[in-house]
Amino acid sequence: MAQLDFYTLLPTVVLMAWASGLLIADLFIPRDRKAWTAGLAALGLALALGLTLAQIGRTGTGFAGMVTLDPFAVLANSLLLVSGLLAVGLSFGYLRRRDIDRGEYYSLTLFSVAGMMLMTQAADLIVVFLALEMFSLPLYVLAAFARPQPDSEEAGLKYFLLGAFSAGFLIYGIALVYGATQTTALAGVVTAVATGTASLPLLAAGAGLILVGLGFKVAAVPFHMWTPDVYQGAPTSVTAFMAAGAKIAGFAALMRVFVQAFPVLGEKLTPILWTLAALTMFLGNLVAIAQSNIKRMLAYSSIAHAGYILMALTAYANPQMRQMAVSAALFYLLAYALTNFGAWGVVAALEKQNGGGLELNDYAGLGRKSPALAAAMTIFMLSFTGVPPTLGLIGKIYLFRVTVEAGFIGLAVIGVLTSLVSAYYYLRVVVVMYMREGEPEASMDGWHKAVIALSAALTVLLSLAPAALFSLVSGATLLF
Amino acid sequence: MQTEWLYIGLFLVLGMVMPAMALMISWLVAPKKPNPIKQSTYECGVETVGEAWVQFKAEYYIFALAFLIFDVETVFLFPWALALDKLPLFAVVEGIVFILILLAGLVYLWRKGELEWA
Amino acid sequence: MLLSEATHSAGFFFLAPWLVFVPLIGLLINLIFGRRFSEKTIGTIASLAAGTDFVIAVLLAWSLAAAGGHEAQVTLAEWIHIGNLQLDWTFRVDTLSVMMMLVVSGVGTLIHIYAIGYMHEDVRYKNDPGRYRRFFIYLNLFIAMMMILVSGDSYLMLFVGWEGVGLCSFLLIGFWYDMDTLGRPSWANSNAAKKAFIANRVGDFGFLLAAFTMFWYFGTLQFDGVFAAAPQASEGVILAVTLFLLIGVTGKSAQIPLYIWLPDAMAGPTPVSALIHAATMVTAGVYLVARSAPLYSLSHQAQYIVAMVGGVTALFAATIAVGQYDIKKVLAYSTISQLGFMVAAVGMGAYVAGLFHLVTHAFFKALLFLSAGSVILGMERGHHHLAHHGHGDAHHEEEVFDPGDMRNMGNLRKRMPVTFTVYLIGALALGGIFPFAGFWSKDEILAEAFKEFKTVYWLLAIAAFFTAFYMGRQIWMVFFGNERTEVAAHAEESPRVITVPLMILAALSTLGGALNLPGLHTLETWVEHTFEAVGVHLNVGEFNLTVALSSTGLALLAIFLSWLLYGRKPLQAGDADPLKKMLGPIFTGMENKWWVDEGYQALVIDRYNDLARFLAQTLDWDFWHDWFHEKVIAGAYHGLVAFLSDPIDRGLIDAAANGLARLTKNSAASLRRLQNGFVRSYALSVLLGVVLIMGYLLIK
Repeated sequence: MAQLDFYTLLPTVVLMAWASGLLIADLFIPRDRKAWTAGLAALGLALALGLTLAQIGRTGTGFAGMVTLDPFAVLANSLLLVSGLLAVGLSFGYLRRRDIDRGEYYSLTLFSVAGMMLMTQAADLIVVFLALEMFSLPLYVLAAFARPQPDSEEAGLKYFLLGAFSAGFLIYGIALVYGATQTTALAGVVTAVATGTASLPLLAAGAGLILVGLGFKVAAVPFHMWTPDVYQGAPTSVTAFMAAGAKIAGFAALMRVFVQAFPVLGEKLTPILWTLAALTMFLGNLVAIAQSNIKRMLAYSSIAHAGYILMALTAYANPQMRQMAVSAALFYLLAYALTNFGAWGVVAALEKQNGGGLELNDYAGLGRKSPALAAAMTIFMLSFTGVPPTLGLIGKIYLFRVTVEAGFIGLAVIGVLTSLVSAYYYLRVVVVMYMREGEPEASMDGWHKAVIALSAALTVLLSLAPAALFSLVSGATLLF
Repeated sequence: MQTEWLYIGLFLVLGMVMPAMALMISWLVAPKKPNPIKQSTYECGVETVGEAWVQFKAEYYIFALAFLIFDVETVFLFPWALALDKLPLFAVVEGIVFILILLAGLVYLWRKGELEWA
Repeated sequence: MLLSEATHSAGFFFLAPWLVFVPLIGLLINLIFGRRFSEKTIGTIASLAAGTDFVIAVLLAWSLAAAGGHEAQVTLAEWIHIGNLQLDWTFRVDTLSVMMMLVVSGVGTLIHIYAIGYMHEDVRYKNDPGRYRRFFIYLNLFIAMMMILVSGDSYLMLFVGWEGVGLCSFLLIGFWYDMDTLGRPSWANSNAAKKAFIANRVGDFGFLLAAFTMFWYFGTLQFDGVFAAAPQASEGVILAVTLFLLIGVTGKSAQIPLYIWLPDAMAGPTPVSALIHAATMVTAGVYLVARSAPLYSLSHQAQYIVAMVGGVTALFAATIAVGQYDIKKVLAYSTISQLGFMVAAVGMGAYVAGLFHLVTHAFFKALLFLSAGSVILGMERGHHHLAHHGHGDAHHEEEVFDPGDMRNMGNLRKRMPVTFTVYLIGALALGGIFPFAGFWSKDEILAEAFKEFKTVYWLLAIAAFFTAFYMGRQIWMVFFGNERTEVAAHAEESPRVITVPLMILAALSTLGGALNLPGLHTLETWVEHTFEAVGVHLNVGEFNLTVALSSTGLALLAIFLSWLLYGRKPLQAGDADPLKKMLGPIFTGMENKWWVDEGYQALVIDRYNDLARFLAQTLDWDFWHDWFHEKVIAGAYHGLVAFLSDPIDRGLIDAAANGLARLTKNSAASLRRLQNGFVRSYALSVLLGVVLIMGYLLIK
């Protein structure tokens, strides 16, 4: 029994152990050899990725139903581990340039990834909370990693305070769910509802509060206010990881909890989700236009993308659409993560040692100075906008299709309109890069280049053969 | 059901009343002869200097945290050690893992030089 | 490794996908590492890739023979699964596709080897190794695309290859995009490439229409599915599909009316002319008709139209070939003419005869083109020799010397004996002289035509007469008589890497007829499996002695005539062509290709330009911009503005607008204040969200 328990969590456990070991090992690695730490971290992530892939096709529950292993978790975990690898690839050269190449960075990243992975597998609300804290705490530290720069410290502190605040709502929501159903297990909630022992209003209140707690993590409006400040202040490599990883984990938990535990609340929650999605798309895209700082702009863009994914989630209450909604959201997360790493990679490459070089005007002349980098950035901007031939487009089409088929025409219209709006600020970057004169200075090491090139290549290439990806995400079913 | 809530309510009230009463009684009964030494803040017998609203060195916290970890550790380890011969292998291994994790924390502190008071 | 679902597990069928991947691997190696390789290495890698393809094709043929000719399908990957369009990337290995694979890879390999020498010798090479590398990358890409074309299991996959080879053709015609045949700056070649591409696009449009029609009526594009559904379809549908396909055929296989691109395509390097524009790509149309045999066999009208198009093209192009002076132009028109033979044959339902001619033509026309390339190289070497040991004759440097013009040649058999021998063999094969390959295949077509299609027979017989005549004319002009220029007197034989592939091709051109000798019918029994499997019955081609004798007689007569005109009294430098005196305006017509290009210019291109000018100037600018925008909209707007500004704006709106502006400004400021950086206000926003959600849930 115990063996099976461990098997369900094997990659996470191994990654945790590896991170702890790395923390100690790093103490014996001199400062000028931190490449070793980065390499070991990547090795650990790769090992966990291998173990995760070995879990393909296996299902089961572990630790007395606290965690579950299903195709959905395997896919989300793989995505998280790949995100971790990309983040490590972006980080090393960047940290060295900013003179903050401390070894704890990698351990913290690994801890955070492990927490996120636990989140995707959580079959009990307590584990959801545990995992949330497990991946958030390292992120708070990472956000403040450029210590003693005030921006970064401020980002870390704000993120921590607001994170704690919203985690309070989450735990309160869990308590209410427990009060309503006498259980915290997702499966138990359903049973309680089915047998009629549950108090539905209390359950709805609990679900609403859980939505708040997780909505904070994925930066949904109106729980998004921390995002621009934190994304701007945190070291760019951290932001890249945070933007992708936290979003994947947050949405994974949202999907699992709502699809598995609260299908009965669909009617009540749908208007709320609808409003959240609409507000998020609207505000994220609109405010992004006003930004002149590229990090803030991308922060609002990330808020807007959370809105698009929420749009798919709105359809969760419809039993016919449920699986498609999950698939579409996963697909979009994949597309978003790839593009996200590329775009933040470009931002990191252009960031100066003193933390400057982040204004939009600093990108002027990039098209002439480093054509490849500018071309890559163009691909990412196009993908964010949803223009062919990029993965972003396919993802959006998929999302819109689900939304329309679920009957939320109005929401889809808002989505389309706001993505039209988004073209304005994304393409502005392209315009500035190619049509203005300037002397931008890009510095990257080989891994950094590789991450950007890989993201760009995948963003384009995968969009050409989306069928395989479709079948991949549509196979990612949620199981108890 | 209702009686249960009643009990809880009673406990709540009692819990609040008891300490309040203790404070009240001492306030009522105690003689009041103040002098500066009596009114000064008690801080382990050392005379206070300046205000209490000062910035602390972060080392205090780290030290306190390290202390707390090893202090709490014993709470977990004591029952484990007592029942060691009756425990299944799994629990034994879990205990060892727990100790190892704590040890890793200690090694980390030591290598980072946090154990040296500066 | 590769997902293979061969219907017959035995044999080497699983290798089929490698037909495409091996050239792609060769291409990638040259693309990625080629910069560090020597030219020899690059050429060798590319040739090895093509050679490996040939080996695979042979193995497939062997497996197929072992399987008794039963086709095999190898599914490599899922491709498109949308709605009821279910298409996979499947390789179809049957006798027909294997025959094409053998021709493409076999002839292709020889031409790759030839190109190793040729491309280095080309005057335009100018020590640019990048170009050399690119050439072989394109060639390998072409082989891969051609393999996709012939191995596809559906019309859509075939179309992928069809477009792919079209792209390669475009790239290779325009290979020397920035210079003319002599290496001087010019855009003529890129224009030729564009012409080829556009003419082919017109044809592809037909193909697409055919595919859409098939999908609409049959619900599938997979060959077996289409053929199974076709007999139930109405006659009109079949006719539409087959004629749309014919448009595609006329584009790719250079038939009337879209043939005009092929002569210009000779701008490409000679190996390209041989490989793409003679031996393989242009025969794709013939392959398409043969592949679609079950459709064509359902409509006699369609068959008749195809046969007529082929027959008329064969004759028309042959007459033009008579009037050309460029050695490659003659061969180009000859190719169009011979493609006409093949199209006529498959149109008549004589699939074996058409395919047989396709194979032999691949041999001897590749041989002729490559030999012509060798002749041009020899002339260039002579030119080079003269320029360097220049006898103080500065005249040569100034003069524009065309090494491909037959009027500049003469008596080359002395200077280039090997090239002469192989060229002669090729010419005899093309002329249809016993026992060379062309005799057997052409005769089979004529015999088939004689049976039922008398009109087509006469068209083809006369075309055959012209064929022998222009080839005779060419031989006499190039290799006999006396040297009409200094250059011809100094021409030099080509190196071994060029002559050896020529000799192999010469052997094939001599013996190729053995493939389908009357009575033995090797090719027929081979491809029969494919046709029988889709329900098309082949009638065994019978040897018709009358036809054979009469066509041989005609050919000999034509050769004799050409000797009378060009051999007995050789052309002297500066002389006009003797036919010009005899035929007058008719010959001028042949010389000027019957003014077809000019006709297209006047009828289509100029009209198109007129239309574009009309749309841009008259419609868009004069009407839409000047009149509609400026007058109608702007005028109305100005009127409206005048009305609004005076009575309404000043009195009514101003006050309100000022108030509104203040409001906007204030709300923008307060919006900005929302994002004020204070944690407490951020937390407040979260709390607000919570309150709203909870409030909603309570009220609900």
